[in-house]
Amino acid sequence: MATGLTLKELSKKEDRFTHGHRMCAGCGAPTIVKMVLLATDYPVIAANATGCLEVSSCISEYTAWKIPWIHTAFENAAATISGVETMYRSLKKQGKIDKDVKFIAFGGDGGTYDIGLQSLSGAMERGHDMLYVCYDNGAYMNTGIQRSSATPLGADTTTCPAGDIIPGKLRVRKNLTKIMAAHNIPYAAQASPSHWMDLMKKVRKAHEFIGPKFMNILSPCNRGWRSQTNDAITLSRLGVNSCYWPLYEIEDGVTKITYTPKDKIPVADFMKPQGRFKHLFAPANEWLLKKVQEEVDKEWEKLKKQAECGC
Amino acid sequence: MAKVVAVTGNEACANALRQVNPDVCGIYPITPQTDMMQRYASFIANGKVTTESILVESEHSSMSACIGAAAAGGRVITATSSQGLALMWEMLHIASGDRLPIIMPVVNRALSAPLNIHGDHSDAMGARDTGWIQIWSENAQESYDNTIQAFRIGEHMDIRLPVMVCLDGFIISHSIERMEYLEDGEVRDFVGEFKNFLPLLDLEKPKSYGPLILTDLYHEYKRAQHEVMTKVKDVVLDVAKDFEKLSGRKYGLFESYRLEDADIALVILNSAAGTSKDVIDEFRQRGVKAGLLKPRLFRPFPYEEAAEALKNTKAVCVMDRADSFGGYGPLFMEITSALYHLKERPVLINKIYGLGGRDYMPSHAELVLNELNEIAKGGKVKIIKEYLGVRE
Repeated sequence: MATGLTLKELSKKEDRFTHGHRMCAGCGAPTIVKMVLLATDYPVIAANATGCLEVSSCISEYTAWKIPWIHTAFENAAATISGVETMYRSLKKQGKIDKDVKFIAFGGDGGTYDIGLQSLSGAMERGHDMLYVCYDNGAYMNTGIQRSSATPLGADTTTCPAGDIIPGKLRVRKNLTKIMAAHNIPYAAQASPSHWMDLMKKVRKAHEFIGPKFMNILSPCNRGWRSQTNDAITLSRLGVNSCYWPLYEIEDGVTKITYTPKDKIPVADFMKPQGRFKHLFAPANEWLLKKVQEEVDKEWEKLKKQAECGC
Repeated sequence: MAKVVAVTGNEACANALRQVNPDVCGIYPITPQTDMMQRYASFIANGKVTTESILVESEHSSMSACIGAAAAGGRVITATSSQGLALMWEMLHIASGDRLPIIMPVVNRALSAPLNIHGDHSDAMGARDTGWIQIWSENAQESYDNTIQAFRIGEHMDIRLPVMVCLDGFIISHSIERMEYLEDGEVRDFVGEFKNFLPLLDLEKPKSYGPLILTDLYHEYKRAQHEVMTKVKDVVLDVAKDFEKLSGRKYGLFESYRLEDADIALVILNSAAGTSKDVIDEFRQRGVKAGLLKPRLFRPFPYEEAAEALKNTKAVCVMDRADSFGGYGPLFMEITSALYHLKERPVLINKIYGLGGRDYMPSHAELVLNELNEIAKGGKVKIIKEYLGVRE
């Protein structure tokens, strides 16, 4: 029997990612992991790419994971979990194991969009029964806020710093969710911890498909975003309501927007509380702020069309 | 009953793997290994094994997936060569650090640049410090026998380490030789059931693999890896004893060939040892006391035993099919380390030969043995490290 997705029911469930981990106060990632595991009503084995989540959750003899967990390196959480899943299939075929087990890989955007893209693409194409969850905070936060291909246009990072000549990142983000969907996997989705029910429903749905699934989840990082520690959920909500981070799913190739903001707010409302975009509010960089809005609008319109035509 | 066959080294290894029938294998093509694992893929396709394959998109992912599979709990194999092994390098350390007994034939091949697909030992020598056990093989028979023994060695409960079985690219991987197969059942019984140790798939007792360990305990973890390596020699010898009972073929830490009373000796790995042995026989016929030491276990290296075997020689040439540019050849460095502690030790020289598949001819061995003979008679060493058979 699946647990009801109500706060009352969920509050009775044991956390499989416990307190005591060493993630920063205000980080989105542990909240996301908790939500993903709470929504999973199966025995589950997780792989973790090197990154904030990994270095802060399993240190020496301490672990925050109450499930079997493996970390090997940075670029290969998908390949690693694909090995675990293959051994499971082999032993199941041989009658040595009978339980239904789910396999989840967690990686940050650096380990997923950049260095881990090949191994992720390979695992998706091979068709392993697994869910890959990217917690996307838009930079290499663990090493100290370096630019990744998920870093938003205009952001100030330590490797694309906003200077007198170059105002931060000049390229738009890679659209990884669509790249994953283009692997013809049964399910790819975007979610945000601000919309927890939507997120958890998507996890539930993902687990019901056999094969590779991908979820991209917005993960506020107050260190890298230079925001308040108590603003993680507020900021992720602003990301959704500005359509910077639209909530949608692509199920067997069919796109569905799962949440449409009643009043789409300007992306500046999402950016304003974040120090990484501070320079964009200077008059000299007005053009870039405008371009960010145009890019968000363009992508949102594209997504809506995709959803309307059922493709 | 042994079956006599005429097969390539790749085919021999593929068949050893088939007879073991592991739970999971990683497959990725690279010359000259490709043919080994594509043979294995056909065993899978034709129901000869029950192995689940992972057809990865790179060797890095192959080793990553093998690590995941081995940690999950079961017997795991893959195979590679050259650039593939180089690409795995990061993960090789993780396989050994996590103490996962993955078995991997390495079909030795040169490293780029320039690109070269032929046999030398640069690839495996580049992986000598990755914490893997390395066993080297002269021919198809040894490649087959070593592959089978590797499972018993790596999976031994006192060891639990990954093992590379090295064989020369093309010279062995692609040449057809006469050799003997054991019966499938014999191999199955010899290797035995895989014993799990802390598997991830034990859902009742969750494990965490690959934690962050900093200055407090990392040093101790590495010391533990060193300590387990010190136990490998005994296990290799025990397994060899059992294997001899089964096959009649004798294996040790290395092969000593006419070394007991030798004045001069070659130390040489893999296929070139065969060529050298013929030349040593010729020298013996002429009354020159020549011998040969062919290392089998390169990691851990049997320093004491090698020193014991070479201590009465007067001059030794260590032949390397790989170079450490700006240093000596990797095998030479081991042999000098082994002999340094002796009060009286032979004169040592180092020849780099056969890089990128350059043929190693009997005339090369002859040249070296003649030089050693001069040195043994009191002649001076002209140059310690020299390239052999190089075009000027």
